[in-house]
Amino acid sequence: MAVKDRVPMKEQDPKERRKNFNEVALGYTEEEAILEASRCIQCPKPTCVAGCPVHVRIPEFIKAITKREFEEAYKIIKSTNSLPAVCGRVCPQEEQCEKNCVLNKIGKPIAIGRLERFVADYALQNNIEEEVKPEKKNKKVAIIGGGPAGLTCAGDLLKMGYDVTIFEALHALGGVLTYGIPEFRLPKRIVEAEIERLKKLGAKVETNVVVGRTVTIDQLMEEEGFEAVFVGTGAGLPKLMDIPGKNLNGVYSANEFLTRINLMKAYKFPEYDTPIVVGKRVAVIGGGNVAMDAARSALRLDGVEEVTVVYRRSKEEMPARAEEIEHAIEEGIKFEFLANPIRINGTEDGWVKSMDVIRMELGEPDSSGRRRPIEIPGSEFTIEVDTVIMALGTSPNNLIPSTTKDVEIQKWGGIIADETGKTSKPGVFAGGDAVTGAATVILAMGAGKQAAKAIDEYLRDKK
Amino acid sequence: MYKIVRKEILNPVVKLMDIEAPRVAKSAKPGQFVIIRIYDKGERIPLTIADYDPEKGTVTIVFQEVGKSTKLLGTLNEGDYILDFVGPLGNFMEVPKEAKKILGVGGGVGIPALYPKLKALHQEGYRVEAILGGRSEEYVIFKKEMEAVCDKVYYATDDGTLGKKGFVTDVLKEVLENDKEIDYIITVGPVIMMKNVCKITKEYNIPTIVSMNPLMVDGTGMCGACRIEVGGDTKFVCMDGPIFDGHLVNFDLAMTRLNMFKKQEKVSLELYEQHHGGDHHGR
Repeated sequence: MAVKDRVPMKEQDPKERRKNFNEVALGYTEEEAILEASRCIQCPKPTCVAGCPVHVRIPEFIKAITKREFEEAYKIIKSTNSLPAVCGRVCPQEEQCEKNCVLNKIGKPIAIGRLERFVADYALQNNIEEEVKPEKKNKKVAIIGGGPAGLTCAGDLLKMGYDVTIFEALHALGGVLTYGIPEFRLPKRIVEAEIERLKKLGAKVETNVVVGRTVTIDQLMEEEGFEAVFVGTGAGLPKLMDIPGKNLNGVYSANEFLTRINLMKAYKFPEYDTPIVVGKRVAVIGGGNVAMDAARSALRLDGVEEVTVVYRRSKEEMPARAEEIEHAIEEGIKFEFLANPIRINGTEDGWVKSMDVIRMELGEPDSSGRRRPIEIPGSEFTIEVDTVIMALGTSPNNLIPSTTKDVEIQKWGGIIADETGKTSKPGVFAGGDAVTGAATVILAMGAGKQAAKAIDEYLRDKK
Repeated sequence: MYKIVRKEILNPVVKLMDIEAPRVAKSAKPGQFVIIRIYDKGERIPLTIADYDPEKGTVTIVFQEVGKSTKLLGTLNEGDYILDFVGPLGNFMEVPKEAKKILGVGGGVGIPALYPKLKALHQEGYRVEAILGGRSEEYVIFKKEMEAVCDKVYYATDDGTLGKKGFVTDVLKEVLENDKEIDYIITVGPVIMMKNVCKITKEYNIPTIVSMNPLMVDGTGMCGACRIEVGGDTKFVCMDGPIFDGHLVNFDLAMTRLNMFKKQEKVSLELYEQHHGGDHHGR
């Protein structure tokens, strides 16, 4: 009979962690991991695997953990997942693998994410490397964008023996793993270690290349000999709420706020040169993971006394992960549900002073299935804030489609690609947020994996 | 890593560098800019491309030492490297075919930013004139280069050491009064100067483009730090600009947003100068 409760994972105390950027969740010890792994009933037809976008052989790696064969467990995970230390931390497992675990019927599902994280961290600490010596194929593939989709696609193509170059616009690889998700959820040394492994596999990297400006896809294919291209440029264009006062000093997009903090390390200013300005009271608009990341980052900055998340629906509709919302509440983030900003008011010299907000009620479900928020007339109120961070979602940038012949896009800007990643232009594949709009890290990785397979088939057929 | 292959001191606060960056040099067009990061703890700062040589693979930047990053950059020498150099970024200058006589108005470190635009127009066969200004003669840089690509150059200095004593806008009024053939204007310089230029050219109803230089982080459209208002709409300078119709730009907002990190910039500079003996030239 399986044990109903999962082994808890140690976390930093909320009172401590609310003023530091160190990782909140501390991970399993070997004994804890073995204990949790032994709860798995090893289904002959595992449903958990189907819930994983990259189909990690979950019962197999868990079985290896129970036998203390951590290296073997790592090899099993790594055979389908390029970035396990990342996925174990940031995947919404409750909607994927763990949702499908049969133990849900009698208690808590197996903590698959925590076990994956344990194995990946064990491998990083003990320098366990995959041994891959593929036959060189001497065909060049360009990966545009060094985020989760691009890194996964690159990893798989390298294992197949292709000559892979990753082009990245920023000065560091990782995409949202580097500039978006904060250190307290995903330590940057983990991301860097995963990237180092790709380089050891033979990945060439050119940072500071904005494809569409520095060089175009057409040039890469026609002048530089790349026979296939994978576009994994994400959805990085921030949406700003179109309300009066949106351009006042002290109003940030979450992308700007998080980039300054995560990529540029502005929380270490003046040791690092990039500044960040926040007042005592910060409002974050939105209810997704990015809003949680921005709110929790703001709380950790010097001088910040109060952070309020303003969300137009109720807690039940929040798209953020349940675990992140819980962490935010524990740390003292305030929530203003069913409220929508209508105006940001400024001081005479152009800084945020306060925000006017209107109460909402929930009406009928909309096309997304969530109940539509409707303004309650006459319910306006004002909250005193000095900093406003807008976390309302992002959309794809049109730089690549607008500078590449024959790549078709959707009306909303996403690149049109079939389930294998094939676009309207021969040899050009795409995946991740650039195709789907803002989604999850693991879905982007799944798309990168799928595209690597399709690129391999395309290049084999091509004479 | 990007090598500094040439360094020239143009005046007490302005320096020029040729940076080895073949991909940027190959794709650059007049009006575009780069973002640089000098070292691993550095910030990303935008600088306009002053010139480029696709054959040599070099890009010329000109910068005024105003804060920590530009002062630190100024201490580097030929043979040194900067960590990151990304570009060319932004849109590029497009002048309507029917324009015939173009006037460039440049101030301070905006002059080298104006230069590649006028050079390109000159090569395309337009008639090109320029009004250049600065505090005093030594602050009016790129005179020789500008004279080589302009049919006529007027000067204005605050102290009268070169050309007319006064602002470029004083000269601009005179020129527009006397020369009715000027049908297109490009202005690059401090925001306040571009604002005043546009005020005048609006009265004369002459189309005027400006090159905005706001604070930036990534320079690829993903953050909106560089946003300004143009004709009432919010635009990201790094993607939609830096070149805009000057008669539609909200310059007051642009100036306010430039002050967003003033206090922090001061802290950073003071700390740097304490540790580096404070090289206070210029002011």
